[in-house]
Amino acid sequence: MKVKILLNGTMREAEISSDQLLIDFVRDHGCYSVKRGCETSNCGLCTVFVDDKPVLSCSMLTARVDGCKVDTLEGLQEEAKEFGAFVADQGAEQCGFCNPGMIMNAIAMFRENPEPTREEIKAYLAGNLCRCSGYEGQLRAMEAFIEYRKKGERS
Amino acid sequence: MKAVGQPIRKKDAMALVTGKPVFMDDLAPKDCLIVKVLRSPHANAIVKSVKTDVAKRVPGIEDVYTWEDVPQERFTTAGQTYPEFSPYDRLILDRHVRYVGDPVAIVAGENEACVDKALKMLKVEYEVLPAVLDFHMAKDGDVLVHPEDNWKALCKVGADNKRNLCASDSTEDGDVDAVLADCDEVVEGTYHVRAAQQAMMETFRTTCFMDAYGRLNILSSTQIVYHVRRIISNALGIPKSRIRVSKPRIGGGFGAKQSVVAELFPAFVTWKTGKASKMIFTREESQIASSPRHEMEVHVRLGASREGKIRAIDVYTLSNTGAYGDHGPTTVGLSGHKSIPLYSSAEAHRFAYDVVYTNHMAAGAYRGYGATQGIFAVESAVNEMAQRLHMDPVEIRLKNMVREGDVMPAYYGETAKSCALDRCLERTAELIGWKDKYPYKDMGNGKVRSVGIAMAMQGSGISGVDVGSATIKMNDDGFYTLMIAAADMGTGCDTILAQMAAECLDCPVGNIEVLGADTDSSPYDSGSYASSTTYVTGKAVEKACQKLIARILEIASGMLDAPVEELEFASDRVEWPKARKSVSLIDIGTKSMCGNGCALEATESNSSPTSPPPFMAGAVEIELDKETGHVEILDYKAVVDCGTVVNPNLARVQTEGGLVQGIGMTLYENIQYNDKGTMLNNSFMQYKIPSRRDMGNIQVEFESSFEPTGPFGAKSIGEIVINTPAPALAHAIANATGIWFKELPITSEQIAMGVFEKEDIK
Amino acid sequence: MLKIKEYVKAESLEQAYELNQKRTNCILGGMLWLKMSNRNVQKAIDLSGLGLNQIEETEEEFRIGCMTTLRELECHERLNQWCEGAVKDAVSDIVGVQFRNLATIGGSIFGRYGFSDVLTVFLAMDSYVELYKGGIVPLQEFAQMKRDNDILVRVIVKKDQRNMVYLAHRNSKTDFPVLTCAVSVNAENGCVCIGARPQKAVRLELTEAVREKVWSGVCTEEEMKKEAECIASQVKTDSNMRAGKEYRSRLAYVLIHRTLEALNTKGGDQ
Repeated sequence: MKVKILLNGTMREAEISSDQLLIDFVRDHGCYSVKRGCETSNCGLCTVFVDDKPVLSCSMLTARVDGCKVDTLEGLQEEAKEFGAFVADQGAEQCGFCNPGMIMNAIAMFRENPEPTREEIKAYLAGNLCRCSGYEGQLRAMEAFIEYRKKGERS
Repeated sequence: MKAVGQPIRKKDAMALVTGKPVFMDDLAPKDCLIVKVLRSPHANAIVKSVKTDVAKRVPGIEDVYTWEDVPQERFTTAGQTYPEFSPYDRLILDRHVRYVGDPVAIVAGENEACVDKALKMLKVEYEVLPAVLDFHMAKDGDVLVHPEDNWKALCKVGADNKRNLCASDSTEDGDVDAVLADCDEVVEGTYHVRAAQQAMMETFRTTCFMDAYGRLNILSSTQIVYHVRRIISNALGIPKSRIRVSKPRIGGGFGAKQSVVAELFPAFVTWKTGKASKMIFTREESQIASSPRHEMEVHVRLGASREGKIRAIDVYTLSNTGAYGDHGPTTVGLSGHKSIPLYSSAEAHRFAYDVVYTNHMAAGAYRGYGATQGIFAVESAVNEMAQRLHMDPVEIRLKNMVREGDVMPAYYGETAKSCALDRCLERTAELIGWKDKYPYKDMGNGKVRSVGIAMAMQGSGISGVDVGSATIKMNDDGFYTLMIAAADMGTGCDTILAQMAAECLDCPVGNIEVLGADTDSSPYDSGSYASSTTYVTGKAVEKACQKLIARILEIASGMLDAPVEELEFASDRVEWPKARKSVSLIDIGTKSMCGNGCALEATESNSSPTSPPPFMAGAVEIELDKETGHVEILDYKAVVDCGTVVNPNLARVQTEGGLVQGIGMTLYENIQYNDKGTMLNNSFMQYKIPSRRDMGNIQVEFESSFEPTGPFGAKSIGEIVINTPAPALAHAIANATGIWFKELPITSEQIAMGVFEKEDIK
Repeated sequence: MLKIKEYVKAESLEQAYELNQKRTNCILGGMLWLKMSNRNVQKAIDLSGLGLNQIEETEEEFRIGCMTTLRELECHERLNQWCEGAVKDAVSDIVGVQFRNLATIGGSIFGRYGFSDVLTVFLAMDSYVELYKGGIVPLQEFAQMKRDNDILVRVIVKKDQRNMVYLAHRNSKTDFPVLTCAVSVNAENGCVCIGARPQKAVRLELTEAVREKVWSGVCTEEEMKKEAECIASQVKTDSNMRAGKEYRSRLAYVLIHRTLEALNTKGGDQ
């Protein structure tokens, strides 16, 4: 079947199979930041935005997003760099494999709630697993990022 | 120091946080063959026949291979230095399948759909055999996991395939039984740890292709490029010269990728077909057919005097290596060698073990490598001893722990040349508020707050075995390239080794470019495991830099027409103080490329006769719900002595990550099998690793000693950090409930039912 | 792996219903569960173009379209105000935000899954499902019905005045529950719903005396313990890989007791 998807700001028309998953569509279109960490919708690595909402691209049919706007980290490079730098300054990116999904969801969280508490961060990002960092460094990064945005400068 | 000790960003950090395509599947050739395997549904069976003709006719299928198509020479997939301690007990495909998940056939095709279809078309006839699923019944049992005659052990580790033994040994120092008989108090217990999964986010994966020279190129998510080359050479029966192995960025390893897991199959397919191929393990395959922790039962007898002097430690470990012996003979050693020496002043100790084959997935290397299991046992016993003697658990440790300068009889007689364990313990106790909080506080609503504490040690590389190497070269413009075969798997070793090079060469870390790991271009390194890279390879970097400086001086000497011994290396130039002359590195670099016969490049290897242990203490405060059994972690405090901290950020995150893995395996990471030997926890839906809502607040500090044999005084940190949560949590739970849980995971069910039975409340 | 031959975005419920009569066809919910199956689906029927992702509020009821996501349930202020956060409490431990942005109430309820937090919490309300052919059926009745080829169009919840509390026990925070418990009381009746037994949620009525006392906030500790014990003893539990039967029965008592306590504290404020 044919779909039209606004992927990272570019309209893509493609012929797809009915059971293609969105993760495979975006990777086929060069969005390699989107990773697969499980087959059971549990890890959060494959997070993308569909019409600005974070969803698991491994659990969504491409057919279902026909006519929608889809964004991956490739299309959010400026935000990724800005926030990612705080993660890097903690060394909390570690292996980096879960980072794109975590950063996508963090961007979604900050858009909804610019100044989340520690508990709100943990709740919003609970579906983003990370096996390397123990999460604490990511939290430090987020708290530093919130502080930076409040003050408009890096501490 | 300008570079060492600084919280420098990882060199690959920005590429990772912005999602750049730097992992194996981002880099694999786009049109490569997809490789998958058919796996055995039986725990022990002989493959009578595989009907492949229908599968082969599926459009797009390149070929299907069975046991009849592969070499019949056995090998091990454990990534270890040759001759490996692990027995040679594997084939690429074996007619005898030994666990649920053992590969039966390889299918290669042009896309996933046709391969999946072909897998369904394969008809296999099995002769199902009885299986040995209980590791207590394995030794000298009726069912042999490896009855074959071409099984072989390269090293004398007490292995005997006709007894289901992968290794067996016993060592004793002093008369343990006599001392125990003379002790005022003896704590005895059996501690059980399951085959927890590393569960790194990137599953096992490999892509292979043939290059212009007709060589097999293997790009794999691995910690051990050189060992992969040897293992593939053994498995395919082809010369090592025909193989090149390299690694891209790795999505986590934790030891899982210290074994050859995915590599065999695409390597075989590409070698056979000449075509590029890739294999990506599903999460299910990563759970059921990989290289997890060895399940161990550690039996401890700990004797002490009334005054709290630990006098004797007796440890017997039964380890379950599963269907194959990968890392079996070596992991078990750490269960004693890295637990008993924490109390080095004991008068006597004994350490004995059996490692048995069973019809479960083979184990491998997981962070802690046996030490985790042993430390859970010995530290739990020490905590129980403190309770029996009415002593504070911190006090009993301060009275008995290993201190700097002590000889450790149970650690190959090595001396602890650097040890800040006493400071680690005291600071940890202070951070958690031990004096106020020990043992517990009843919150009045069925909830109890309690604390628990434990110590740990590990090693820094394998003494006398591990080899770390570094090549450093200076280029025009005066920048350096550092070539290594240690594997950065997210740990940051590329950056840490660059920091050391920058320190030696007195330049910014940004002047050091790092390249690794590639068997064709990196100098030999055993690989990144056994907590070796910072300590072993780090020293090689230091040595290589010194050698390079000598070469730089040599070229400068020609340029300045000065005697080399009068020259001084000074960051971006070489100075001749006597003549008040100097020449810049840029000019030296340029000169090296014009009419020069002295290579501006140096390679050094390093191996250490000792493996200095890092030490640490960890303490946890929990709130335990006595009715539901739920354990809420409030705070975890840890203080680590890893010698000089090369990069405080990376060391801290290593520690936090290790602690959370330890918390997961202690409370809910639960490996369960059905009675047919099929693993039930075969996904992230059924095997729950900690989420960020499960871990409480973690605080890490460092109390550094200075290790004289390490680079800049550094020891290791990668593994030790997983060792304290199990005993510390078990201790806190005991303080809250009065019950010593000795089996991991300590689930809320165990706790609630234990409390219920104990208090007989309604 | 799930295979789908044809994807059909339904233009009407009638069309969706007709397609759904064939056993090899299938309605898509959030697709999270379906995706893990090994099914060969001829036609996958998507209801997402039918405006069924809304929560409408009238004087008497909330009308929740079947394609409403769990995240929308969690964030819906009016609904959560009315149920005192019970819906939010029931769904917010389910995996993560991205997952809940996909999972739908229709998929959760229609599946009548044993582990379902969603089924448990809605069972404790005066709620109904609107089936395309079957009409409006009380949820409790629907929960017992055999799976058929009808379409669950919306879930309807009566906005009666009631106090509600939701509790669940999980081995780790975002895991499936080991046991779920929703208890509600109002002036006329009161019920306890226990799910993840591990079988699907059951609804049991509170004894009249205890209901009245809890509603008024005057129940004694002794009475609540006795009630919890009595109801827990009627809940059939079983073992699975997450926990054993005995522990679940024990948990049933603990959670019922706690929810009663919480309701009793709220009681009398109406």
